[in-house]
Amino acid sequence: MATHSATHDDHDHKPQGFLDRWLFTTNHKDIGTLYLVWSLIMFLVGGAMAMVIRAELFQPGLQLVHPEFFNQMTTMHALVMIFGAVMPAFVGLANWMIPLQIGAPDMALPRMNNWSFWLLPFAFFLLLVTLVLPGGAPQAGWTLYPPLSLQGGYSIAFTIFAIHLMGISSIMGAINIIATILNMRAPGMDLLKMPLFTWTWLITAFLLIAVMPVLAGAVTMLLTDKFFGTSFFNAAGGGDPVLFQHVFWFFGHPEVYIMILPAFGIISEIIPTFSRKPLFGYQAMVYATASIAFLSFIVWAHHMFTVGMPVGAQLYFMYATMLIAVPTGVKVFNWVATMWRGSLTFETPMLFALGFVIMFTIGGFSGLMLAIVPADYQYHDTYFVVAHFHYVLVTGAIFGIMAGVYYWLPKWTGFMYDEKLGKIHFWWSTISVNVLFFPQHFLGLAGMPRRIPDYNVAFAEFNMISSIGGFAFGLAQVFFVYVLWKASRAGVKATDQVWEGAKGLEWTVPSPAPHHTFQRPPVIDDSKLAHGDVTH
Amino acid sequence: MAHAHTETHDPTLYYVPHGTRWPIVGSVALFSLVGGAALWLNGWAGGTVASLVGFVLLLVMLWGWFGDVIRESIRGFYNRQVDVSFRMGMIWFIFSEVMFFGAFFGALFYARALQVPWLGGEGHGALTNEFLWPGFSAVWPTNGPANIGGAFETIPAWGLPLVNTLLLLSSGVTITIAHHALRAGQRGSLLFWLAATILLGLVFLCIQLYEYHHAYTDLGLTLGSGIYGSTFFMLTGFHGLHVLLGMIMLTVIWFRCAKGHFTKENHFGFEAVAWYWHFVDVVWLGLFLFVYVM
Repeated sequence: MATHSATHDDHDHKPQGFLDRWLFTTNHKDIGTLYLVWSLIMFLVGGAMAMVIRAELFQPGLQLVHPEFFNQMTTMHALVMIFGAVMPAFVGLANWMIPLQIGAPDMALPRMNNWSFWLLPFAFFLLLVTLVLPGGAPQAGWTLYPPLSLQGGYSIAFTIFAIHLMGISSIMGAINIIATILNMRAPGMDLLKMPLFTWTWLITAFLLIAVMPVLAGAVTMLLTDKFFGTSFFNAAGGGDPVLFQHVFWFFGHPEVYIMILPAFGIISEIIPTFSRKPLFGYQAMVYATASIAFLSFIVWAHHMFTVGMPVGAQLYFMYATMLIAVPTGVKVFNWVATMWRGSLTFETPMLFALGFVIMFTIGGFSGLMLAIVPADYQYHDTYFVVAHFHYVLVTGAIFGIMAGVYYWLPKWTGFMYDEKLGKIHFWWSTISVNVLFFPQHFLGLAGMPRRIPDYNVAFAEFNMISSIGGFAFGLAQVFFVYVLWKASRAGVKATDQVWEGAKGLEWTVPSPAPHHTFQRPPVIDDSKLAHGDVTH
Repeated sequence: MAHAHTETHDPTLYYVPHGTRWPIVGSVALFSLVGGAALWLNGWAGGTVASLVGFVLLLVMLWGWFGDVIRESIRGFYNRQVDVSFRMGMIWFIFSEVMFFGAFFGALFYARALQVPWLGGEGHGALTNEFLWPGFSAVWPTNGPANIGGAFETIPAWGLPLVNTLLLLSSGVTITIAHHALRAGQRGSLLFWLAATILLGLVFLCIQLYEYHHAYTDLGLTLGSGIYGSTFFMLTGFHGLHVLLGMIMLTVIWFRCAKGHFTKENHFGFEAVAWYWHFVDVVWLGLFLFVYVM
């Protein structure tokens, strides 16, 4: 806390004292660090829950946990990973990198930025405390479908309020990001010269503000149905449980793009750097991102094909969903075209980016299969769906985050991570994640339902393989923590430029980036920007 | 923060505050508010105390946080660029509120256009009607085939709801007159028309409360009156809460106007609340049309 009367704009020291530095901070870099550390902790918590799931599914029959606890694990694993790990990680990266990428002194609304983060630990306390309350945590799956979600114990009120707090946090974070990008760009940083990570976050933030309030509305209706006698989801009162699914997935589908668009941005930064070529089709990438965001609002009911909708609605949602493949295809081809005849090197961020392109595309293809209505009647609620969204979210979103962390870590800590360990982490993760999730495609096609603790012995082999992959992947992430810990303390000193082929404002500031940067807007030299020449 | 008033700031630079204690107070407040509510809902009466403490703490936080911002604003820390950030913040906040109401309007439209007709046997709901709810015919308003909440009557649109519509529309006019007065530097006129706006909001809320009382005691219409009662009370109730919030904001702005916080050129606090008030107004027009008239 500044107690001096001098002008405070020209000094660069960090606040003294732990509370001043972390609890009361208004600094985008410190808040970014808080988000990222929080995300890592939640990643391990959610991962531990996944280990329980895979351990129970190692063999058919009930071995380790009660079915009720198993259901709590599937529910909480999803909620923790989505709202605790993936979303905060992207917001943390946004906090750290967007002001650096656009030449801003900080986020537009620094006090609110602090609040966005510091709501999260309280929200997750409310959510996680249900594990030790009578009746345990919610068991109905993260989608909280009524009537099942309303038939549990103490947990639903806590869960709903936790979601409200997470929503408030996300909305404030998104408002801050939009205001920062639209209002804080240094002179000369035109919208169509912005780095793609900033672009994808601008669009993601719009999605967040549009759909988090809808989720708040949906869970509020659950709350009043449970405790205040309303009949939103009760057919006897003229309501309909399917109404919840519509409102939920109106949030839920944009939500899955909220978890992937910033990863698209990260990959679009990394591939040009390590190909030593400008991004192929920069403007097409921007328009493709915007198209995907628009389409995300009009495809939600493809999550509900088996619920009993009119045929016309099913056909509409099927075709609209398939349209998404067009802008997504534009992105994948542009990444490949960027690498075409480039001078490629394969440092860890590039490895994760390549892993992303290949494995996210696998997840995209299985998504297209699921979009086909008659096929989805077979696939719905099977392990095929589990395999699909884990390819999209683990080898998509999480690999994107890891690529970004390795890419920007030297800028944060001032040290290069250990490249050998990074590569080990990549190959260990990539091999194990495919052992983990690829067999789940076969399980799903063979008819194994999701969210069950026990299964037909016919599924035994693939489940065992999947569990072995799961344990290996989990261990790889403990190794990841070690790599990060090591890189935060010591290593080869990073240059300002860090990567030979990197372009953009963030590479013009020292490594580690000082506590305050760009207090006066930088003079922009288009040739130093990745997209200074908008013709490409 | 507490020391903000001892600092100075170069107005050519974007003002970045150094540390703040209010957000963590706000987090503790919200945690206590909703955590207490969750305990109360699960049958532990002490939860209400925690909720109340949280609510009071939230008010303290708002008072302190806005106080800091007002002091910094008066001291001239905020340049044009900071002003634009505040404007964007308010615009996108209101957009998020629009989407929140959108969820409940969506529920109403879905209920009226699809789910109730299906329960009555329309389209692919023929078997649902035949085997689950025989004899149920889909007419709006309804509390469903099981007559949840018992018989009820609805509130006719062209009585008090029409009066309320006129009240809120008038309040949109009075706040605009107040804004013109502010820009013309006529403080007396500004305070008068702003007070008129608050008064119109107050009368609106009183009529809403009377209407709720009438619905519960005379018409048999309650929150538990099936899908009609659910959508009616949740939509009008959340709107009423927003009117209340808007009135509190207008009242704060009235005192700030009286203290001379705003200049002809620089009065974003006033404008933000005016935007919010217009938003509440527009939501009401939607309510009047889709909840009362149609």
